[in-house]
Formats: sequence, structure tokens, C-alpha cells
Amino acid sequence: MKAISLAKAGQALETREQRANWRHAVFFQAKKILWVTVRTILVVGICFLILYPLAAKLSVSVMAERDLYDITVCYVPKHFTWENYRVVWKHMGFPGTFFNSLWLSLTTGILQVIACTLVGYGFARFDFPLKKFLFGMVIVMLVVPPQTIMVPLFLRFRFFDIFGIIKLFSGSTVNLIDTFWPFILTSGTGTGLRNGLYIYMMRQFFRGSPKELEESAYVDGAGPYKTFYYIMLPIAVPMMVTIFLFSFVWQWTDTFYTTLFLEKLTTLPTVLSSLAVSINYQEFGPMATMSPAYASMLNNTGSVLVILPLIAIYLVAQRYFVESIERSGIIG
Amino acid sequence: MRPMKFDFQDFLLKLKRSLGGLKLKLNSGDKTTHMTMEKRRAIAGYVFISPFLIGLIFFFLYPFLQSVIFSFNSIQIGAQGYEMTGVGFENYRRAFLVHPTFSRVLVESIIQMITDVPLIIIFSFFAANLINQKFRGRAVARAIFFLPVIMTSGIILAVENNDLLLGIMSGAIQPDTAAGAVRALELRTLLMETRMDPRFVRYIIDAVDRLYEIVKASGVQILIFLAGLQTISPSLYEASTMEGATGWENFWKITFPMISPLILVNTVYTVIYSFTNPNNPVMEIIKNTAFAESRFGFSSAIAWIYFLVILGILGILIGVISRWVFYHD
Repeated sequence: MKAISLAKAGQALETREQRANWRHAVFFQAKKILWVTVRTILVVGICFLILYPLAAKLSVSVMAERDLYDITVCYVPKHFTWENYRVVWKHMGFPGTFFNSLWLSLTTGILQVIACTLVGYGFARFDFPLKKFLFGMVIVMLVVPPQTIMVPLFLRFRFFDIFGIIKLFSGSTVNLIDTFWPFILTSGTGTGLRNGLYIYMMRQFFRGSPKELEESAYVDGAGPYKTFYYIMLPIAVPMMVTIFLFSFVWQWTDTFYTTLFLEKLTTLPTVLSSLAVSINYQEFGPMATMSPAYASMLNNTGSVLVILPLIAIYLVAQRYFVESIERSGIIG
Repeated sequence: MRPMKFDFQDFLLKLKRSLGGLKLKLNSGDKTTHMTMEKRRAIAGYVFISPFLIGLIFFFLYPFLQSVIFSFNSIQIGAQGYEMTGVGFENYRRAFLVHPTFSRVLVESIIQMITDVPLIIIFSFFAANLINQKFRGRAVARAIFFLPVIMTSGIILAVENNDLLLGIMSGAIQPDTAAGAVRALELRTLLMETRMDPRFVRYIIDAVDRLYEIVKASGVQILIFLAGLQTISPSLYEASTMEGATGWENFWKITFPMISPLILVNTVYTVIYSFTNPNNPVMEIIKNTAFAESRFGFSSAIAWIYFLVILGILGILIGVISRWVFYHD
């Protein structure tokens, strides 16, 4: 549109210099329009690529099984049904399993945010002996695959004891497997799932925030703890929300620690991983096998039920999320 | 029955001694007036990181060292504890020579990682540049670009990877999608006609075919690049545009060097993420050996081999990339 109006304006121009300017402006506009078009196509294309599997899951989850074999059915189901949800809801043990997952993710999320904020602030603003070594350990924790320490960690919680004190009084060690305690203990001490990353992010955030605020608080006579609580904590809220989002989501979908520490206690990821098998066993009996397409349909329905709460949280936290990036949370 | 016991008393004593030494060093300085302040700050620092200190010792360092010992032993679990019998390097020998799939799976996952990392880095850098520009609907586009961070993790990713239906469906609709449009044979013939190295052509085509997987794995990397792009001061661009630099030149002379430290960060992150992802086949072997077959010692040995391989690859990558990384200060 702009290019056309410019072209009209160009006809009225007389001198050679004006003409050259006009040609330049048209060229510039055309280039800009071309780039905007290409960019729009790219952005829309990538968005489509990301949203497509979610849309496909949703559409499969409300289909009847015969729709899968019907070649004329593409995305819109012919036989719309909630039957899949009913079956999956029952076999995933909703709402019990859902609340197990919810409490677990909330507890670990909150504990990890508290621990990582404190530790990140300590590393960012204070000088103490062995600081470099200890921060190096944060990085090492990031690199070591959890599988390396899996066996000793499992045994530690299976035969839990604090310097032999518990054994002294009760005569035996405590079995913490199948309780939330392993998660609470590791999260509260900043050694849970991917906590190295969160500590690193928090430290970078505090390093990037201005020192003047704290200095003025010190001048007014506040100690380091008061300053942290009243001055730095409010600033860090967007970053804390981001870390909470990460830790909640990754705990919500984690199968590694949940299958390691929990046996009878079910969570959403553990039931989802064996959903089709258990439905097959209970609905069709041990000898029968259901069709792979139906199994896949149930799996997709289960995935939708696991994803939906995450999307709800993401929509709420998303604002803080982008804000904390814009305040250069990670780079500092 | 615990032959190996971490001597905590001894550790505390050593820590205390080393702290004492540092205190002496501080005392010998002239700045006696600043000393109390410094000391108070140091104590406050320890208070802030104290949760981590406890966790580090009990839930990381101790199990970490224990797993080294486990890897040289065979472990039997009883009702009241576990017993170890030393077997030397037997577990390590077995991992390479006896285990039917370990060496093959290990090599495969390394090759997979080496193919994926450049693609993920390039794509996420490109995507970050795209959503860093100003356009209408940018907030929505950003929200969608970060969606893979939450949507494709853990179990959801595992289900999706093994899913039959989604695979068939996406195969059927491929011609309409962005990936499908270039998937057609024309691209292949077109690239072959350019007389580029066929291996390179195959790599590109493979990348286009797996576009969705690359997009899925790029969420956090896009985030890191975007944060980096926003720390570059606009005055740099203004100055160079005044001097007559084009957008292309600006990109290579300003954006690229300024972002290069983050290319290193992202490479390291991508490598760690792809290796420590529970869906990684090596990870599955390690876990199955421990819990399905109850061979804890053997599992620890495999885990240690794996860790050392990761460490080696990271070392090489960091060494190579940090040669041309530009640091602002």
C-alpha cells in the first residue's frame, strides 16, 4: 500500500535528485514488504509445526475407533465421542493419580524455587572460601547423568538413616521408597531434577541486577538477610515464576525419579507409560490384544489429559516467563 | 553391612581446618577494620548456600563416590542392607565384551547427537532472531515457540515418539505441512544437481525430514539465544548503520560475535540434554540393568563409562568452540 502511494507521489516529482530518492524509497519499501512476507510465512509455518501434534492429539481423542479406519475422516471425527476419555479416566486412576502428581509437583516446585533462589543469591553476591569449588560442583551436577548416582541414591533412601541415629533408637533403618520424602529432601537441598540449571539461572539473574538497591539498604542499617527478604526477593519474582514453571513441568512429566522412588504410589507419568498395556489386560483379558491403532488412540487421549493442566499453568505463567527473559535472566 | 562409610567427622574437621587457615590469612593482612565485615559476609554466604551444601554432600557427592565403588563390586540386596563383593574391572570388561547391545547403542547415540547438535543450534539461533523482531502478534508467536519446552518433555515425548497413529497421520498429511512441502523429491534432485557433496545433501534432506524433532528439541535454546540478543546494545547497530553497514554486515560483525559465547552455552546444554534425557537408549540400558536385572554393580559401571564418554565429548567441543568465541569484556 505504501509503495503504491509513493509511486503516485513519484510522478509529481520533477528534478533528477527527487526521482532518485523516490526510486530508492520504492526499492526500500519493496524489500521491506518482501521480508515481512517471508517472515510471516516462516513464523506461521513454525507455529503450525509446533501446534500440529497437539491438534492431532485432540482430534484423535474424541474419535470413535471406526473413524480411524475411515479414509474420509481426516481431522473432524464423524462419530464424536467422549468414550476414550471415560476409559482413560478410569484406568489412569483419576482423580487420585492426578492429585498425587499435583501434590508432588507443587511440593517439589515450591521447595526447589526456595532452595535455588537462596543458593543462587549466595553465589551471586557473597565471597566465601571454597566458593569457586562449590560453584564448580553446581556445574558438575548438571553434567553428571542422574543414572550415575541412581543406584546409591536408591539404596540411600531404601535404607535411610542419619549418621546411624535412627537405627540406634528404632533398631532399623527407615524405608523412604514409596513416600514423597526422597523428593522433598532432594528438592529442599537444591539437588533435585535439573536443579543445577536453576541455581545457575538464579545466580546469573542476581548478578545482573543492580547493586545500588542493596547498598542503600545496607547504608540504612539492614543486614544481609533483611536486605534479601525485603529488597531482592520482590525483584526476583519473575525469575522465580520461571523456575517454578520449569520445575513443575519437568516434575509433572518426569518418569525417571518417579519410577525410581515410587513403586505403588502412582503418578500421571507412570500410569501413562503403561496405560495401553493395563487397559488391554483389564478390559480384554490377558490373552487378547487390542488393535495398535486403538492403543495409540488411548495413549493420545492420556497425553491430552496430562498436557491440559500444563497448558493452563503455562498460560498464566507465560507473561512472567517472557518478562524474566527480557530482563536478561539467563545471561546476566 | 556397610564396609565403605563416609567419614563425616573427618570431613568436618578438614573443612574447619581449611577455613581456619583462611581466617589466619585474612588476619595477617593490614585491613583489620574490613575484616569483620568480610567475615560476616562470608558467613552470610554460607548461610544462603547451606541447603545446597547439605544436599551436595548427602545426595550428590556421597552417592557419586559410592557409585565408583559399586562399579568395581557385585552387589546383593537383603532386607537390612546390601553386601558387596569386589570383582575388580570385571564389570567394565563385561560392558564392552559381553553385553549384547551396549557398545552399539553407545556409538549410535553419540552419532545421533553429533548430527543433531548443529541442526538444533542453527535452527534455534534462526528462530530467536525471527521472534526478536518487532511484528504484530509477536507475543503470541513467542508463547508458541516456547511451548515445546513444556509440551515435549519426559513421558509426553516418550509416548509421542512411540506413537503409531500420529506417525501415520503426519505421514498422510505431509504434503500440506511445511516439512512436507520441501520433502518432495524435487528438493533432493535440485540439491543433487548443484554438485555438492552427496553426504552433505543427504544431511540437509535428513534435517528437513526431521524438522519437527529439531523444533521440539530447541525450546530452551531459543530462550537462551533470545535473552542474549536482547542484551546487545542497540547503539552498536545504530553506529554501524550510520557508517553505512548493511543488515547482512551488521549480522556477521555485531550479532554473531556478541552471541558467540551463547553458542558455546547452547552447545553444552544440547549435548548434556540429549545424553541425560531418560528417553536416551543408553539411559534405558543403565536403568534396566539395575532394576529389571538387579545387577547394581554392573549398572554403575555402565553409567560411569557413559559419564566419562560425555565428559570427553564435552571437553573436545568446549576446546574447539571456545577458540573462536568472542568475549565482550
